[in-house]
Amino acid sequence: MTQKITGAQALIRALELENVDTIFGLPGGCILPAYDPLLDSPIRHILVRHEQGAGHMAEGYAHVTGRPGVAMVTSGPAATNMVTPLCDAYMDSIPMICITGQVPTTAIGTDAFQECDTVGITRSVTKHNELIMSADDVPLMVRQAFHIATTGRPGPVLLDLPKDVLQNSMTWHWPSDEEVLDSLPGYKPVSKGHPRMIKEAARMILDAKQPILYAGGGILKARAADALRELAELIDTPVVTTLMARGAFPDDHPLCLGMPGMHGNATAITAMQKSDLLITLGARFDDRITGKVATFAPDAKIIHVDIDPAEQGKVRRPDVPIVGDCRLVIEEIIKAIKDLLNGGEKQQDISAWKSRVSGWREQFPLYYPTNEPGEALKPQYCLEQLRDGAPEGTILCSGVGQHQMWSSQYWKFNEPYTWVNSGGLGTMGFSVPAAIGAKVGRPDRTVWAVDGDGCFQMTAQELVTASVERIPIKVAILNNSYLGMVRQWQEMFYEERYSEVYLSPELPDFVKWAESMGCIGIRVESPEEVQPAIEKANSIDDRPVVVDFRVDAGEKVFPMVPAGVSNDEVLVHPSQEQYRAQLG
Amino acid sequence: MTAFNPHGKSLNHGILSVLVQNRPGVLARVSGLFARRGYNIFSLAVAPTEDPMLSRITIVVDVESAPLEQVVKQLFKLVDVVKISELDPRRSVERELLMATVRVPAEDRGQVVELTNIFEGKILAVGVEAITVSLDGSPDKLDDFEELLRGYGIVELQRTGRVALPKLDKEARLKAVKHGKAS
Repeated sequence: MTQKITGAQALIRALELENVDTIFGLPGGCILPAYDPLLDSPIRHILVRHEQGAGHMAEGYAHVTGRPGVAMVTSGPAATNMVTPLCDAYMDSIPMICITGQVPTTAIGTDAFQECDTVGITRSVTKHNELIMSADDVPLMVRQAFHIATTGRPGPVLLDLPKDVLQNSMTWHWPSDEEVLDSLPGYKPVSKGHPRMIKEAARMILDAKQPILYAGGGILKARAADALRELAELIDTPVVTTLMARGAFPDDHPLCLGMPGMHGNATAITAMQKSDLLITLGARFDDRITGKVATFAPDAKIIHVDIDPAEQGKVRRPDVPIVGDCRLVIEEIIKAIKDLLNGGEKQQDISAWKSRVSGWREQFPLYYPTNEPGEALKPQYCLEQLRDGAPEGTILCSGVGQHQMWSSQYWKFNEPYTWVNSGGLGTMGFSVPAAIGAKVGRPDRTVWAVDGDGCFQMTAQELVTASVERIPIKVAILNNSYLGMVRQWQEMFYEERYSEVYLSPELPDFVKWAESMGCIGIRVESPEEVQPAIEKANSIDDRPVVVDFRVDAGEKVFPMVPAGVSNDEVLVHPSQEQYRAQLG
Repeated sequence: MTAFNPHGKSLNHGILSVLVQNRPGVLARVSGLFARRGYNIFSLAVAPTEDPMLSRITIVVDVESAPLEQVVKQLFKLVDVVKISELDPRRSVERELLMATVRVPAEDRGQVVELTNIFEGKILAVGVEAITVSLDGSPDKLDDFEELLRGYGIVELQRTGRVALPKLDKEARLKAVKHGKAS
């Protein structure tokens, strides 16, 4: 017998059936009906202080669990506050479901209170969005949303629910897989690679003399870290991991070269530059990786594996394009290589190439001048100490700027899904809410948020959420009183004309602020205080901790490939400049 | 818009025939994608197809602004887009409709009527000092007609933008004939 329930009840039931265990959100007028059945649901709701926080929490949750994060907010300003996290999730291919309230269907188009064109505004920052016009459509739309968000190239999907749609009664029906697929005739993501292309890739890999595995975020999305490791070891080829792929290949593996790109290390950058074959796996030739595209890896042939056909040839034309899921395709490539080897074919000797790469590594390690007693605290030193003091399996989140680059450079990511950051959009303020979402997704792990003082001031209020909801994250503010990365550019490219980058050395008082939000606040001003502060922070597990590291404002991120410049002209640390010629 | 005539013969264009789900907001998704990615649309025509669930959007794209391949791939990422056919202008049939009101004194009206008849167009309305004509045909033919009308003084002009379908290849044409005979 059919059962009549409201659209709101159908929504919550559908979310339960999609195995949602947590919703990050904040109620308001038009979404009110959905908050009532939530009281009777086992789903945990985390009440945020600003809707943007809910979005980034959902992202952080998705980053570390691989399951879509869910955010629910009301109409109008709440929906517009979600635009930044949606765009962030879209750029970084994070599966996320956003549910927004909307004015009643009868009021749509009348400029009603808290009305905005949510689907219109979010169209270009979501993988898909829908305005649901009938309560009967709710279950199918929810199923479609989860299917679209999590398959193919993952991304955010928004469902806009008018108040009357939530209030109206409907006949419950949970659509089958077939019904979902039939309702989406235009959505057919490809997951298996083309067999002929895979064979061609295998042959090209064996023939390469200077190959590099270029691993991007797609490795993590496809749960392909094990497959990547097997491939790298089979062909004994060095791996670079982009900002989005840190942890996809263990940093302590002898074949790992670490991060390439604008602030990558000189070895990773140069190895790509000089390679004759870039085996590109779930990466998209982002401008932060390629530098000046015309001179990027000029002698390299390109194998490009990506689940999104539009990435093939968008920036660099591949010699062997393979559209498919990274894990499945890598497994097929491994098979194809083994078949060739078993058939008597041999891989080119790449030992000369590998020793050349090793030479660069020895000559150009990451470098910063260590603290002399009485000198200002170095941010890199704080990160090294955080890294060394971190319990096994710690998840690191970061905001955007210098501290993000140092985090990626100095942390050792030996496990996938332990690095959460805003790569594509570069969203300042991402760190604190993303760390909260990550801790909710992985309560068994220690979660550190490394933040800048500029970033922290954008979303810090979510620490109230963390305290109230008992989500004990740890925040390390690398506080240099500046918008540090912008300051660095002004120093290097604008003749030290510092324009609007100096924040304040005294304000706010981060320790008092932390305490007022229910956190433990610790201030660190000298190198000797670093280790004890970190030990103390790591020992606290009943509330959030904020450590305010007062660091040297003059410290810059090196290496650096200035925007629009060729990767051949990477600026190494000034103290290494004398060896530059060896990167040739 | 670029300076050159979007209807001109020298146009470096591609024609996409895009089958989409017939749902609210689909046109906004398609046109929004063009705007966001910096692709230029020369003309765009939308109408339902033989299947009421589907609509066909015929888009004439400036392939100078972006390679057609990239446009197609980005379009296909839209969930509501079911099928995209690239129509090679040399291997497709294109049609467009033009309507124009020309200011012409009664004594010269005959010339416009004659011109319209030569092009096999239609007279839609006649006034004391003006005449409204229409012409459907290939966009090139419409260009020529428009050019000739211009000499008389066009008051208002509306073109629909082209719609297109692939030319039947020889084999398909023969098959169609055979089927015709068999039945």
